[in-house]
Amino acid sequence: MGLISIFANFWLGKLNLQALPPNAIQWFGAILMLSVPIGLALLLTVKKKWKWLYKEWLTTQDPKKIGVMYILVALAMLLRGGADVMFMKTQQSISVGHNMGILSASHFQQIVSAHGTIMIFFVAMGLMFGLINLIVPLQIGARDVAFPFLNATSFWLFFAGMILVNASLVLGDFAATGWLAYPPLSELRYSPTVGVDYWIWSLEIAGAGSLLAAINFLVTIFKMRVKGMNFMKMPMFVWSVLGSLMLVAFAFPILTVTLGLLALDRDLGTHFFTAGGGGNMMMYVNLIWAWGHPEVYILVLPGFGVFSEVVSTFARKRLFGYTSMVWAIGAIVLLSFLVWLHHFFTMGAGSDVNAFFGIMTMIIAIPTGVKIFNWLFTMYRGKIRLESPILWFIGFVVIFTIGGMAGVLLAVPPIDFQLHNSLFLVAHFHMMIVGGVLFADFAAITYWFPKIFGFKLNEKLGRFTFWCWLIGFLTSFIPLYILGFMGATRRLNHYSASLGWQQLFIVSAIGAAIIGLGVGAQILQFVVSIIQRKNNLDTTGDPWDGRSLEWSTPSPVPFYTFARLPHVTERDAFWVAKRQKVEDKRPYEDIAIPKNSPLSMVIALGAFLLGFGIVWHIWWLAVSGLLTIIATIIIRSMDEETEYVLKASDVERLDKQYRMQTKTRETKLAVEV
Amino acid sequence: MSQINHQPVDILVSTHQPEQVTLRGYVIGFGGSIVMTITAYLFARYGMLNKPVMVALLAFLALAQFTLQLVYFLHLGREFSPRLKLLVTVFMMIIVFILVGGSIWIMNNLDGRMMGTKVMIKYMNSQDGL
Amino acid sequence: MSEAVTQTLNIIKSNKLIAKYDKDARDIFGFWVYLMTDCVLFASLFAVFAVLRHNTYGGPGASLLFSMPYALVETIILLTSSFTCGLAVLSAQLKHNKRVLFWFIVTFALGASFLGLELNEFHNFIAMGDSWRRSGFLSSYFVLVATHGLHITLGLLWIAVMSVFVLKRGISDLVMKRIRMLSMFWHFLDVVWIFIFTIVYLFGAIRV
Repeated sequence: MGLISIFANFWLGKLNLQALPPNAIQWFGAILMLSVPIGLALLLTVKKKWKWLYKEWLTTQDPKKIGVMYILVALAMLLRGGADVMFMKTQQSISVGHNMGILSASHFQQIVSAHGTIMIFFVAMGLMFGLINLIVPLQIGARDVAFPFLNATSFWLFFAGMILVNASLVLGDFAATGWLAYPPLSELRYSPTVGVDYWIWSLEIAGAGSLLAAINFLVTIFKMRVKGMNFMKMPMFVWSVLGSLMLVAFAFPILTVTLGLLALDRDLGTHFFTAGGGGNMMMYVNLIWAWGHPEVYILVLPGFGVFSEVVSTFARKRLFGYTSMVWAIGAIVLLSFLVWLHHFFTMGAGSDVNAFFGIMTMIIAIPTGVKIFNWLFTMYRGKIRLESPILWFIGFVVIFTIGGMAGVLLAVPPIDFQLHNSLFLVAHFHMMIVGGVLFADFAAITYWFPKIFGFKLNEKLGRFTFWCWLIGFLTSFIPLYILGFMGATRRLNHYSASLGWQQLFIVSAIGAAIIGLGVGAQILQFVVSIIQRKNNLDTTGDPWDGRSLEWSTPSPVPFYTFARLPHVTERDAFWVAKRQKVEDKRPYEDIAIPKNSPLSMVIALGAFLLGFGIVWHIWWLAVSGLLTIIATIIIRSMDEETEYVLKASDVERLDKQYRMQTKTRETKLAVEV
Repeated sequence: MSQINHQPVDILVSTHQPEQVTLRGYVIGFGGSIVMTITAYLFARYGMLNKPVMVALLAFLALAQFTLQLVYFLHLGREFSPRLKLLVTVFMMIIVFILVGGSIWIMNNLDGRMMGTKVMIKYMNSQDGL
Repeated sequence: MSEAVTQTLNIIKSNKLIAKYDKDARDIFGFWVYLMTDCVLFASLFAVFAVLRHNTYGGPGASLLFSMPYALVETIILLTSSFTCGLAVLSAQLKHNKRVLFWFIVTFALGASFLGLELNEFHNFIAMGDSWRRSGFLSSYFVLVATHGLHITLGLLWIAVMSVFVLKRGISDLVMKRIRMLSMFWHFLDVVWIFIFTIVYLFGAIRV
């Protein structure tokens, strides 16, 4: 017996049959989770598409495809995080008085933590990096990113982190500590299961991916802009991404360290954040928010960029106050590193410290306000087309302004003392993240969809989706402000009937259901648009009368991106070029294109094994994961032939073919009409 | 025509060439660093200065050596405009200053408001452990 | 006519050269950005050390634990290895393969002895019962210094791999670029050590 347990200990670590889900509801989640990959695998086998998947997608180094994969993963995770919401809202609506609801306290807390973690790291970040991959190279007139292999590796690390976070549904449990896992609760003594470890290692791996992607795109934007595009001629989306990525590059190392120290506390018995032994748990809170506050702006800045593009395109005017926008981004980037204490005013710092950070927080509202006014002035007297991208913008202004005003309230320390950890705060940050980030991403998906796939999304369903989201969102979150004032705290799984909160919780749940309807409509929108794509083909490459360089390429964008690098002399380069109607007579050139490589995936696999091994204390697995990563990097470094050349003559042939297709499509359509 | 074309190309190539390192630079960097390290060491070991002056002196020597190595070992400041390396480096320094300085400020401020260890133990004993 | 042709060919050649130089410069810039982000990683650890440095929890403090001459020897060794690494780049620039190998070996030996000294120091502390489990101060000391040591280990591995490259492939443009990056990494580690030496050892000795 002893021998067997030693044997099992070595090979399986802490993993045993008790790691399987303990009750029916958790089994349901696990089976649902497993059915997705199994179903996909079956489908691929039946359709004999494995080879196609491997060649076209899994090994690709093309940012246009990597961007699509990011967005697919993020949308899948949006469904997962949304399913969590349904459980939470049901629990909160019925778990009153003697009724304990459908979830155990621990399971409820796990779902809350998973919801936050997944929505921030795997939905918002995924959508953001997806858009960056798709659009930034096109907008700066670059054929590729600075480091294509690294780019693919970043995506696969993100993917590995995503798998690890979802593995917790099947094996073991997830952190029941909230999305930022404050110690001492998250220390081994109070959270002895693997939940917190899953949380730590999925974020470490995905975070490493984000950091590498940030470095990659910073270099791309700094060094690979097409000739003539100096900094003040860059599209506003690129500027916002630049700001956001500066934050990623210089904030994510803090997260890496903080999570790493917590892991060391749990696995090696150090005393960084423990209650005893000379640890200081407040240092954890300090560090995690030194990363966490920039993270908020990391997410929202690209959203601002999207709206800048959408507003100027759909108002058919150049962006109002370009220079002030740039300065606003710069100010936000710097100030976002100076406000982190407002997340823990109640920790007990003196009035000098609290006052400083309170004032800084109010100051950062100024550049944000500048941006809002710039967009409104752009719309003023523009010829506005009210299509769904700009509807998302209008929804954003409403929600973001309400949420922003709540934020300025919370910036006043004495008010924060009252509202800290209440649902008022929950309502505030959901308004910022959903209004500022998710709405922007939906606008972006609608706006750039034809560029990537060659046809527009169904507009009717798009509008329906928008109204569901807007009405559902307000119905769901306005009650939370009121509940917050009434004293309801966040992560609440049960309350007394005498408090009179139940009606408001039910209203909030109804709002969530309306959002659910919107999500359903969104899925339907994709399906319908794909089936009826012939009605919505984008034949010109420029379906919205766009302003920046991505619209100068045919849709969908060919694999070599630009047959000839565009010529830039002014801001809104494509808008200017369209009006000048100069025919491009420059000769075609050879184009170097990176070859596919499966090694990015292998590195991420190593990272996954490393993470999984540490979570379950399966040390041989962790070590082999680490060795896999190192060996793969060395093998990759020996390969000097990482690119192939597309001959100028081939480029010319393909380009003419593409343009011809566009024209025949146009004439076909004309005949049909 | 050919005359006009000829020169700019050569100049262009030379301005795009990677920076060439020199022995002189390395020797200056190495010698300077050694001197500063040993000076700092001797002051810390045998210096009879009061603490704030000592801290300021050691910090100054560390920063001076940091700058020296940035310039002579890492060749910062030799690029052509736009000086992106410098931009990123300065941004990093600002963030590091905010992060380290801010953390120390905040945590010291908190410490100043906490019960001292001895008082805490007394209090805990008087309250039966809590 | 023939002059015009050579002229055009020259221009094409120069354009290709410029494109290649630009690509190398881009790669090196990317590596620089990575190093800067690594600085923030170390800065976080320094912040933790600064906050926890007095939390000895009844264990030994910095002034009791550290030997200053020992730290000085470590520092000088690492500084010298930084210098020899620079000499390797200098030799690579002149395409002296053998000299590059020689300086790599010297750098490797110095780096390895630095690492050995560091591990020996760790071993001594642990043997005395002052491991990272002892107190918050010791946790932060061990992790700060060990993170630097981990970087050194990776650097040593990189030097070994690069030596094989120089041996097998000579100093091609690609190898040259990577030698430049390697030297940046190694110098960067020395830069970080300046602050470890000052803040951990010297400030510890004067009881800041």
